[in-house]
Formats: sequence, structure tokens, C-alpha cells
Amino acid sequence: MVAGEGAALNDLLRTEELTREYDAKTAVSDVSMSVNVGDIVGIMGPSGSGKSTLFRLINLLERPTKGRIFFDGEEISYSRPDVYLIRRKMALVLQKPAAMNRSVFNNVAYGLELRQLEKEEIQKRVDDYLERLGLTESKLRNARSLSGGEMQRMCFARSVIVEPKLILLDEFTANLDPQNISILEKAVRDFVKQEGRAAIIITHNPFQAKRLCDRSALMMNGKLVEIGETWKIFNDPVDERTRAFVSGEMVF
Amino acid sequence: MQGGHRLVDGVTYDVVQVTLLSLYVSGSATILGSLIGIPLGAAIGLKEFGGKGLLKTITYTMYGFPPVISGLFIYYVFSRAGPLGDFGILFTPTAMILAQTLLVIPLVAGITITSVTEVDRNIKNTVRSLGANDRQATFTVIKEAWVGVITAVMIGFGRAIAEVGAAYMVGGNIDGKTRVLTTAIMLETRMGHFEYAVGLGVVLLIVACGVFLFMRWLQERELL
Repeated sequence: MVAGEGAALNDLLRTEELTREYDAKTAVSDVSMSVNVGDIVGIMGPSGSGKSTLFRLINLLERPTKGRIFFDGEEISYSRPDVYLIRRKMALVLQKPAAMNRSVFNNVAYGLELRQLEKEEIQKRVDDYLERLGLTESKLRNARSLSGGEMQRMCFARSVIVEPKLILLDEFTANLDPQNISILEKAVRDFVKQEGRAAIIITHNPFQAKRLCDRSALMMNGKLVEIGETWKIFNDPVDERTRAFVSGEMVF
Repeated sequence: MQGGHRLVDGVTYDVVQVTLLSLYVSGSATILGSLIGIPLGAAIGLKEFGGKGLLKTITYTMYGFPPVISGLFIYYVFSRAGPLGDFGILFTPTAMILAQTLLVIPLVAGITITSVTEVDRNIKNTVRSLGANDRQATFTVIKEAWVGVITAVMIGFGRAIAEVGAAYMVGGNIDGKTRVLTTAIMLETRMGHFEYAVGLGVVLLIVACGVFLFMRWLQERELL
């Protein structure tokens, strides 16, 4: 059991000893954690500590070597034939934004089109989300011509518009200016708190974890070192490595 | 045979007919070959399965598949004594289309493999993360690789319209029935109608390059 993590039965997401080994390297090792509805959980840790791999495992994009995942009341797995239906209840925003070679509107509409919503409904919802994320004027531009900040906002809109129960954000504000960061952080907060959903964010920025996350975790060498209430992680951590990290002694 | 005089005498409908048959045969082979080659290439490029590397190598190797061998194969299959002899399509445009299709498939499939493989892994993950099932994800990735796929189709057409071996073997170069530009050029040259052959050569060049130009034009206007 990882320090600070209690067992709960009604979690939206729970992983048990999730492990992913590549040929010579263990990317994710025995990660057990849970996320409740209304939670924003932050995962911090050095580059290469397995955070992004953990996201791909949870989003069923990769097959775990070992371990179990429970989500929304059932056990889920990579090998189920309806795996895409489970993925439709989550959304992953990748560290490196990926724009499809089509307009901003069509990028954001993509998930809704997969779900075969009515044309008018798609139109309405996309316009609404573009407005919320300040992209209305870029609506008809090719998404590949967007600036870094616009691109990140578009990717966020494209993922939350399908109203997933859980959103996984991988360094979603890396390399952005303060204004873009605050737009996106507000959008995450609104999404989780007002609409009763949950988010896990990977961040390199302890200040962002403090601003945004109810709970925070530190991951190193594929292992979850510690997870707990954000204030406790920063003020009264259990593990020595967490203490070093939050006090800034650990240099990446 | 008075082939050498036809251009001079102004009986141009022969040239027109031969040109149209070339376009019909090679165009059909390109469409048929693409309908098979694109999904095949996408499947090989995107799916994980045992023997994938070998299958890729075979596809790439088939780039060098000689037209004469393709002709030989179709000839055998559809000859009177062959397994599908009852269809009676030997020495018809249909047989030529099939022989050229065999030449188009590996090219289209191979270039499609390369194109879909090169689509950013992040796009592929994003598409699946947004809830695409296998069919939807494949379709989207092909769309992302569209420029490469169109190039594949164009190169496939280039191979079909330019080849002579397969068209000659299974078509037989029958005047008014299976004579296409390449086989006509061969015949006229052999008969000593050199100027006529050169004239047909120019027509072939214009047709082949014209189709490429037209497709480029469509592409630049994002109509393709």
C-alpha cells in the first residue's frame, strides 16, 4: 500500500498494482491509486518516471503487464472488444498536442461525430466550447496553423466536449504563457467541480498542483512514492523523497 | 495494315479510340487496385500481428513485379484450359484491367503502408482516446495520410498506363478491341511506321502527364 492512500469502494477509478514492463525497463511499477468524482489529482515527478505511460494504461491505449483497473463500477481491460466504448467515458489530452489536418471546428467536433450526434447538436456544442476557450475566431482555420496556446486549448476543448467522466491531462499547460495557463486551469476546475467529473493531471509545476489539485502524488522510477491531500504532501509529507521534492532540493 | 497512313489521312478516330481504351483500362486498374491496395496497406501498416515484417517486405519486393509475369499469370488463369477459362475474358479489356490491377496493388499498398505508418503516433492515440473504434480510427488515419495515399494512386496509374507486357499478353493488341497506346507503339515501330509510333508516343506522354497534372491541380485546390 502506498503511503497515504486509503481503500475506497465507490471510486470512479481505481488501479491495483498496475505495472508495465518493456523489454529491459519497468515503466510503471505496482501503481495502486483511486480517484473519486469531483477530484482533481496531480501527479508530479521527474521526466521518464512513467507518468505518461500510466495515463496510456488507464486510457486503455496500452496493455499492462500486470494489474487491474476498475472504472465507473466495472473492471476494464485493454483486451475487451468494446474497449472503444470504455474509452469514450474518458479523455486523454496528450503532452504533445496533436492536431488533425482539418479545421479547428472539425477537430473539436471529431469526438461528437464518432458518437453520431445530430448535426445541429454538434454545431451548437462545438460553438459553445470554442467560445468558452476563446477559439471562436479561429474556428475555420486549419488546426495545424494554431499557436502553441491555441493548440493546447483546442485539444482540451476536443477532449472535454465529449463529456467524459474522467479527464487525463498530461502537462496540458507546459510552455504556455500565464494567460493561457489561467484560462485552461479555470476550464479544468469548472469541468470537474461544476459538472461533477474528475481529472488527473501530470504536472512539473508544484505551484500548479497547489492551485488546482485536491490531492497530489509523487512518482519516481515507475513507482508512486506518495499520494495524499495536496496540503499534506506539501506541508507534512511522509516520504523523505516527497519532502525533498516539495522543498525544491530535488533537482531534475 | 495501313497504320502508317492513318495520322496523315486524318483518320484520327483510331488514335482517339486507342487513347480512350488506354485510359479506360489503366484507369479501371488504378481504381480497382486502389480499392484493394489502400485498405490492405492501411491494415498492414496499422495492425499489430505476427509476420507483419515479412508481409511488409513482400509488399515492397512486389514493387518490382514484372508486368510480363502478371500477364502470364492472368493468361494462365483465364486461358481455355485454365481454372477460370469459362469466363472467356482472355483477349478482352477486362483481362487487361485484371493484369494491370495486379501491378497496381503492391505499389498502392506499399506506399499506403509507409504513409499511415508515418502519421504521428500522437494523432493515432488521440483518435483512439476520443473513442474511435477500429474502423473509424483506420479511416481517420488514412485521411491524415491522404497526400501520401493520393501519391500512391498516382504512381499506380503511372505504372499501369506505361506498361506494355501485361496488356500485350492478355489483350493481344487486337485492332479496335484491345489495342492501347503502348501496344500500338510497339506494333507500329515493328512495322516500320516510325513516325506514327513517335506520334503515339507523344500522345501517351501527354495523357500520362496530363492525368498527373490534373490530379495535382485538384490537390492544390484541396478538391482531392
